[in-house]
Amino acid sequence: MSSFTIASIPREELLAPGHRMCQGCGAAIVMRHLLKALGKDVVIAHATGCVEVTTSVYPETAWRVPWIHVAFENAAAVASGIEAAVKALKRKGSLSREKRVKVVTIAGDGGTYDIGLQALSGMLERGHDVLYVLYDNEAYMNTGIQRSGGTPLYAWTTTTPVGRVWRGEWRKKKDIVGIVRAHRIPYAATVNFAYITDFYTKIRKAAEIEGPTFIHAYAPCVPGWRYEPHLTVKLARMVVQTGIWVNYEIERETFRVTTPVPKRLPVSEYLKLQGRFAHLTKEEIDAIQRMVDEDAEYINKLAGSVVIGPVEKRG
Amino acid sequence: MGKPIPLSGNYAVAYAVKAADVDVIAAYPITPQTAVVEKLSEFVANGELDAEFIHVESEHSALSAVVGASAAGARVFTATSAQGLLLMYEIMHIASTMRLPIVMTIATRAISAPINIWCDHSDFMASSDAGWIMLMGVNAQEAHDLTIAAYRIAEDPRALLPVAVGYDGFWVSHTVEPVHVVEREGALRYAPKRVARYVLDPERPVTMGSLGSPDWYFEFRVQLQDAVEKSREVISEALREFKQHFGREYREVDGLYTDDADVVLVLMGSAVGSAVPFAEEARRAGLKVGVVNVRLFRPFPEEEVLKHLEGAKVVAVVDRAINPGSSSVGPLYSDVAVTAFKRGLDVPILSYVTGLGGRAVMKSHFEAMVKHAYGFVGKRMRDVKTHYSFVGVRE
Repeated sequence: MSSFTIASIPREELLAPGHRMCQGCGAAIVMRHLLKALGKDVVIAHATGCVEVTTSVYPETAWRVPWIHVAFENAAAVASGIEAAVKALKRKGSLSREKRVKVVTIAGDGGTYDIGLQALSGMLERGHDVLYVLYDNEAYMNTGIQRSGGTPLYAWTTTTPVGRVWRGEWRKKKDIVGIVRAHRIPYAATVNFAYITDFYTKIRKAAEIEGPTFIHAYAPCVPGWRYEPHLTVKLARMVVQTGIWVNYEIERETFRVTTPVPKRLPVSEYLKLQGRFAHLTKEEIDAIQRMVDEDAEYINKLAGSVVIGPVEKRG
Repeated sequence: MGKPIPLSGNYAVAYAVKAADVDVIAAYPITPQTAVVEKLSEFVANGELDAEFIHVESEHSALSAVVGASAAGARVFTATSAQGLLLMYEIMHIASTMRLPIVMTIATRAISAPINIWCDHSDFMASSDAGWIMLMGVNAQEAHDLTIAAYRIAEDPRALLPVAVGYDGFWVSHTVEPVHVVEREGALRYAPKRVARYVLDPERPVTMGSLGSPDWYFEFRVQLQDAVEKSREVISEALREFKQHFGREYREVDGLYTDDADVVLVLMGSAVGSAVPFAEEARRAGLKVGVVNVRLFRPFPEEEVLKHLEGAKVVAVVDRAINPGSSSVGPLYSDVAVTAFKRGLDVPILSYVTGLGGRAVMKSHFEAMVKHAYGFVGKRMRDVKTHYSFVGVRE
């Protein structure tokens, strides 16, 4: 598995062109490579959200694999039902026992951190053979940039606007993988497409492991984060290099950082590329830096060694 | 027909689900439904029923899970009551428009507030605009039989609609009665598993639950209306053949003593069982009372109801639910009154709301209704000043 290289990326496109996702959409990159990594023997249960509405506009579809959308908060429950059906039908002889069909849930941050949290917890706790993929663009982008439990500190959104009293979002992003981890599932990981071989390796591992697995995918949003479309992959790299996002996996309770960052860039390098942080004062940037420093310490503690290093002092 | 065995309404439903050999059950406990899924859990635990039982964390997830399972080609079941049904309400509409043949039973119960676990039809009525076929059984035997019929109706390629079977919480769900149980072989001969529809299968990828823009949404909804409308034929065929298979006859609507009745009581659920002996007694006392039991609520059996109202001088519709502030007040009243109006039946049609939140519907209540209704004999609808009244409530 570790021998996965860029040359190993399958050529076949299972996400058809012609969908309505934005130019430079991070979620679109996630979906394209997610499907390539999964292959054809999947059934997808998709929560309401950006990707759902932009890929399934009747009478067209971008999905070359079986796909179902039911509602916003229940994708994990729908997936539980599909998985149970496959199991029962195989056992009772109406489906071939040889064929492995992986059931995959796709949901955004709203559908995972907030409204879908209960269904997610139920699915994880019951031990369904389902891979849950969270694409995190850090706000309700489908309805037009409203804050979610995944919105980071000080980010401007339409419901955390910058005014005389408010300075954007004033709460910290929820540790969703921490919540998932508490279910003691066999595998959970964060992925970032700027580190594409890591991305593929983890998705394949998560799909192959039997039982509930969880992937948290970074997904920049051009209109929501207010940046130029050509910067999507650069942002994805910067978020890791600043230590704001850490690529890691938790396999059978063992925590491992897969992209160590010996020297971090200051968070300002990441923040300054995005209009949603344009209002930040030096004090606010310092506050974010302190938060990320603390998070790095927490990650290093989990990893048992210094995998996320200090901020590089610049000349 | 073999010997009947003593079963509560809830257990009677569980035996029906077992006989239908369902593949996936997802359910969440709620009184008075809980015993259905307790019994089904026992069947699965003992190996008497080979099914996946999903212990979901809410009713919303219960219906969502059976939507997923049905979309994957499984025969599915869920059950609920009251708050649970309201929590499912969002997904009920999706299940019907996605044309998934789900079967659900509803042990009918009052809805909060105040919280009340006892019987009325508030939950059933509140979900009656969701595009489901809706049946109501009056006793444990009917709850059993209609649940089996529901699978045949739902999976018929001409219908492909979810079916809800209601029966009164406690009055039926917890009352033990002799029930003739349909065995698996017979149930599957009558209602063989049919998957004549698209399913989620990697060999033949399909997209389900698309976004319907203004260019398409309307057509989807009209197709749902057409499907529910056309299901009348499927339902009537399924009930007819039920008799051929099992000997018990069910019609969409039962009418008793309606040919020459002055006052016809129209009602649903277990209270029918009290209305019939009341009518017989009233007739002995010289009051010509008829009884109409509406067994099929969606699609509303207009012709079959109307047939029993044509000779009536007054129609008394008994509702166990209130639709507050509506022009009808009683939800069953609404359907009966519109049906009558459409056919130019111009007699007083009165709404009697009774038996809410577990209050018993007694003979004395029917007496009060009929006495009141007799006061309108010979009048027309326009002579009725207040069309509704509450029976058995504190003044």
